[in-house]
Amino acid sequence: MENKKEFIAARVARELKDGDIVNLGIGLPTMVSNYLEPGVNIILQSENGYVGLGERPEEGREDKDIVNAGGTPASINAGGAFFDSSMSFAIIRGGHVDATVLGALQVDEKGNLANWIIPGKKVPGMGGAMDLVVGAKKVIVAMEHTNRGKQKIMKSCTLPLTAKGVVDMIITEMGVMEVTPEGLLLSEYNPEYSLEEIQNATECKLIVGDDVRAMS
Amino acid sequence: MSKQISIDEAVKQIKDGMTVMVGGFMGCGSPHQIIDKLVESKVKALTLICNDTAFMDYGIGKMVVAKQFKRIYASHIGLNPETGNQMNTKECDVILVPQGTLIEQIRCGGAGIGGFLTPTGVGTIVAEGKETITVEGKEYLLEYPLKADVAIIEASKADEAGNLQYHGSTRNFCEQMATAADVVIAEVRNIVKIGEMDPDFIHTPGIFVDYLVNID
Repeated sequence: MENKKEFIAARVARELKDGDIVNLGIGLPTMVSNYLEPGVNIILQSENGYVGLGERPEEGREDKDIVNAGGTPASINAGGAFFDSSMSFAIIRGGHVDATVLGALQVDEKGNLANWIIPGKKVPGMGGAMDLVVGAKKVIVAMEHTNRGKQKIMKSCTLPLTAKGVVDMIITEMGVMEVTPEGLLLSEYNPEYSLEEIQNATECKLIVGDDVRAMS
Repeated sequence: MSKQISIDEAVKQIKDGMTVMVGGFMGCGSPHQIIDKLVESKVKALTLICNDTAFMDYGIGKMVVAKQFKRIYASHIGLNPETGNQMNTKECDVILVPQGTLIEQIRCGGAGIGGFLTPTGVGTIVAEGKETITVEGKEYLLEYPLKADVAIIEASKADEAGNLQYHGSTRNFCEQMATAADVVIAEVRNIVKIGEMDPDFIHTPGIFVDYLVNID
């Protein structure tokens, strides 16, 4: 298979519609903007204070006063706007972000998300993640299906939560899963894996409908 | 009357044990020259309110390394390992706050609001010890305002009356912090005469700013 992360990012890109206001997390989610279909233009929101987040300028043309939410040099596209953090989080919490894409340490069948702390090990802080997943209209978790074989898609998260019942969709190299009141519905699967392999890599029971499609 | 003071006079405003708000996001928008002088001053036992603790060698992170804080409120500490170390050894009391909650606490502190209800953090460890209030069937956490003795921020342009204009993504926490501290000091590169700034394009009204420090 081609690079797993690229495959996941390309599938996530198809969830985004022309004109959507989107916040992408650091890492794999950032790659999503490379795979948008022609004619789909999205507006990226950067929680440190602007809409219209653009690419990293070429070397020597960086402006130290324009960085992305990871603190690295970035740019603003024509039509964008800068604002303060209070406005930024009014946009985020107020439901003005159409979709957010972020990674997870664990996610469960009830849509609970854990992605900010491993007690006793790694305590980076939540940054804007707790606000983003509570406020965005659609929350997409984009990640590798397991952590080197260790299950991450759980019956119930064991790590401290980022938020309760917020995840709408999980996209991995194995498939596309939707959080439903009945549980996690596998709506698409990657034919490179058998349904049994996908289930075995998942702690919670996956609901497989008659209309399950091949992921492309 | 000009509000301009020397950097040494500015540093004297910050005394042992005070609560200090520091603008910036991963150092972008932080008053770097004042921070360097504060490290030299050896002022100690401060309480810091800042979005993050930046890096060990950049921004407010330098004061963390110099062990000048007894308590830190921040949303993210992951890029400065020294903050995590001092949290683990209990040398410093680190309170991690969701970014949208932290900025709103500061906004409320400056705006005379006694507290606010946010859906962020419900069902997580952030909710521990906090009152939960249900409004129209939705759960919210009651969060309280934050204020400080001194706020130090950066702006790209000011007039002698203290009116401020920010550039790019440096505005972040600076704008609200200027409203929420007893003494507000802005580090500014470009200071012009009163009347030379267009009142339509001022981000922080000069009435909030006590002192300006002109840097080269």
